Amino acid sequence: MKRRDFFKSAAIVGIASFFKTNALGSVLSGKEMAVHSQPDLVAVMGGEPAAMLVRALKELGGIGHFVKRGQKVVIKPNIGWDKSPELGANTNPELIGELVKLCKGAGASEVIVFDHSCQDWKKCYANSGIEKAVLAAGGKMVPANDESYYREVEFPRGVNLKNAKVHQSLLECDVWFNVPVLKDHGGAKNTISMKNLMGIVWDRGYFHSHDLHQCIADAATFHKKPALNIVDAYRIIKSNGPQGKSESDVVKLKSLLVSPDYVAVDTAAIKLYSQVRPTDLKDVRYIELAEKNRVGTQHLEKLNVKRIKM
Amino acid sequence: MKFLKHIRIVLSVIFFLPIFVFFIDFTGKLPLPVHKLLSIQWIPALLSLNVLIIGILLLLSLFFGRIYCSTICPLGVLQDVLTWKSRFFRKKKKKIRYDYTAPKNILRYSILALTLIVFIFGSSFLVVILDPYSIFGRMASQLFRPLVIWGNNALAYVLSAKGIYTFYKVEQVAFVPLAFIISILFFILITQMSWFKGRSYCNTICPVGTSLGLLSRISVFHISISESACTHCGACEKQCKSQCIDSETMKVDDSRCVTCFNCLSACKKGGISYNFRYKKEQVQPVQQKVNNSRRTFLLSSGAALASIAFANTNKIIGKKDPILSRKPVMPPGASTIEHFNDHCTACQLCVTKCPMQVLKPAAFQYGISGIMQPHLSFSTHIFCTYECTICSSVCPTGALQPLVTEEKKLIQIGTAQFRKDKCVVFTKEEDCGACSEHCPTQAVHMIPYKNGLTIPEVTKDLCVGCGACESICPVRPYQAIYVEGSTKQGIARKPSESKKFNKKINDFGF
Repeated sequence: MKRRDFFKSAAIVGIASFFKTNALGSVLSGKEMAVHSQPDLVAVMGGEPAAMLVRALKELGGIGHFVKRGQKVVIKPNIGWDKSPELGANTNPELIGELVKLCKGAGASEVIVFDHSCQDWKKCYANSGIEKAVLAAGGKMVPANDESYYREVEFPRGVNLKNAKVHQSLLECDVWFNVPVLKDHGGAKNTISMKNLMGIVWDRGYFHSHDLHQCIADAATFHKKPALNIVDAYRIIKSNGPQGKSESDVVKLKSLLVSPDYVAVDTAAIKLYSQVRPTDLKDVRYIELAEKNRVGTQHLEKLNVKRIKM
Repeated sequence: MKFLKHIRIVLSVIFFLPIFVFFIDFTGKLPLPVHKLLSIQWIPALLSLNVLIIGILLLLSLFFGRIYCSTICPLGVLQDVLTWKSRFFRKKKKKIRYDYTAPKNILRYSILALTLIVFIFGSSFLVVILDPYSIFGRMASQLFRPLVIWGNNALAYVLSAKGIYTFYKVEQVAFVPLAFIISILFFILITQMSWFKGRSYCNTICPVGTSLGLLSRISVFHISISESACTHCGACEKQCKSQCIDSETMKVDDSRCVTCFNCLSACKKGGISYNFRYKKEQVQPVQQKVNNSRRTFLLSSGAALASIAFANTNKIIGKKDPILSRKPVMPPGASTIEHFNDHCTACQLCVTKCPMQVLKPAAFQYGISGIMQPHLSFSTHIFCTYECTICSSVCPTGALQPLVTEEKKLIQIGTAQFRKDKCVVFTKEEDCGACSEHCPTQAVHMIPYKNGLTIPEVTKDLCVGCGACESICPVRPYQAIYVEGSTKQGIARKPSESKKFNKKINDFGF
């Protein structure tokens, strides 16, 4: 190789790496262009939690598309209840474990997992199986049981919720994933991705006393959007939610819905849930209110939805 | 015979440390069976009628004297620790030197008689206040434990700012002014007495110490001074923290001796020893107590009657909101309020072990005789965990009968009272459902209201009174749903299972 050829190619690579877009990356590595085909929502059905996550992420450009080397990652599952995984009250531990593993694999410097539990937090962390899965995958469980872990945040686009205290780890991270579980819910009708945001704030009582639905929709205006909402619908609770009384409240749907759009993923989840228990999307009022807050769309037909059966 | 003192010290450490650490452990990491050490305390054993333990303690006292006071009783050992530590605050760091004092018979026998009479008349008020183990428990839970938690929280605060979450913050929930004041008063009294007068608390106020003193008068082994070897140097007397050795007359007051064996190490001549009482046919000196007891009895009876009248004024006059005058919620396993009030010594062990910190010492909820006995006090996120049985399993006095999880899940410690006119669904016509969301049995469930809204409804026979609904109800200060305590804990109906969904879903539905 001549010296000037060397400089030329070095310059090209340098410029290319400066742009560093995914499209350019895939051109260089000889793969197909990924920009236009990237779906807005991926729905997977029929697999195990970890496999479905890997499959869905593949459609979205892989975990490396969201997590870069050295970044601090937060994962926010639903760990609200002191219940075992079979009862479907918390996010599936295998799903969380796999996500931690993928983030670590993508070079994340730290993967933090927390939830502001409704019951004895230590028991919730332990009996949900999430603590074990997270620690095994190299992640870190962080407490959320005390007000001192929360910092005041403004919600300028909120209607009823103008400010709230949010967990500090979420404010300090580079990327976060919202990983709820799909369930029936006595108060909010259904709990999915936006309802899961009540676990990032300290004072939930405010939500309940200032129009629950409006506050949930307002919470979705939180300035730091999750990279993805990963809705676990492997086991769902169809009745007596959000805790459930026994396994007869649980239905195994073996599904996973993934989207960066809160409203779209919650809409899709309600439609999936409706096949088990008919639910009017209008009754889950926070979905419409969130659309009014311009945090997403209910119109799945306008989106690029990828449906995968395993 | 110096080894006896060393054995005593080793034994007291073996008994004291686990109990102390168990009381201040707020992480729940210490294994629960440690509480078995607590069932060998005198009052808990008596109240739970643990025949085996009572027998063992009785034999120990009859053989060795007041060995309970010097090794097993945590309050006794605490006083030794305080006396020992007080050395560092004295001039020249010298050991305290004691002198013989006459026994305060009228005082100590009156207190004992009063406690017994009040108890027989049906109020455990004085037992609760004066049981040495429970006094220790209250000091540990109200004074020492909060300090440890503060330390932990300070550490957690500093470290969590740096992203280290090894320590987590713990809320100081169990703090109750009345219990704190009583604990600190006893702490001051006992510290002051042990600081200057060794075991004078045990020998003047403590009813357990006084009654064991009656036994130790006739114990098989006792401390005695050999008339031939004694030079009246007074070395033993100076070491006697019970102030019961009179070196001039060479007499040891057995009723006050706590068998600490400090005197044995002090005597250079071997003039004082721990030996068999009945080797010579000694005639026991006529006990002075006989003279005292009648007047003591008369004195104390009067006082007892007064205090019974005082203790039974437990009616709280109704205030504005019914939530303020509700019946107290007893911990699960208490069965009836009479059983509970009579057997609980307010040692605070269940309060310190409750992982949700929902148990708190009562103020006057149970009336005056139930001061500091635990009750459930619900506040945001603080309620009784459905599957948890820790309080009933650690209770040393039998006030709470042990429950297995399946029993506990059906024990009705109270019932939820729903007040529709306060509920946000009614007042604001907005969805809420927080109460039903937290209800483990779905006794509180949502029924259609209007405009697609749902409103709570309570099925009383399903309700176990855990208070999850009350703890989370956003209506404050007086919640729209609250738990009224049961005076007799019943059994709830087992929640029925919902209909299973068996159809296979193969479609996304969108």
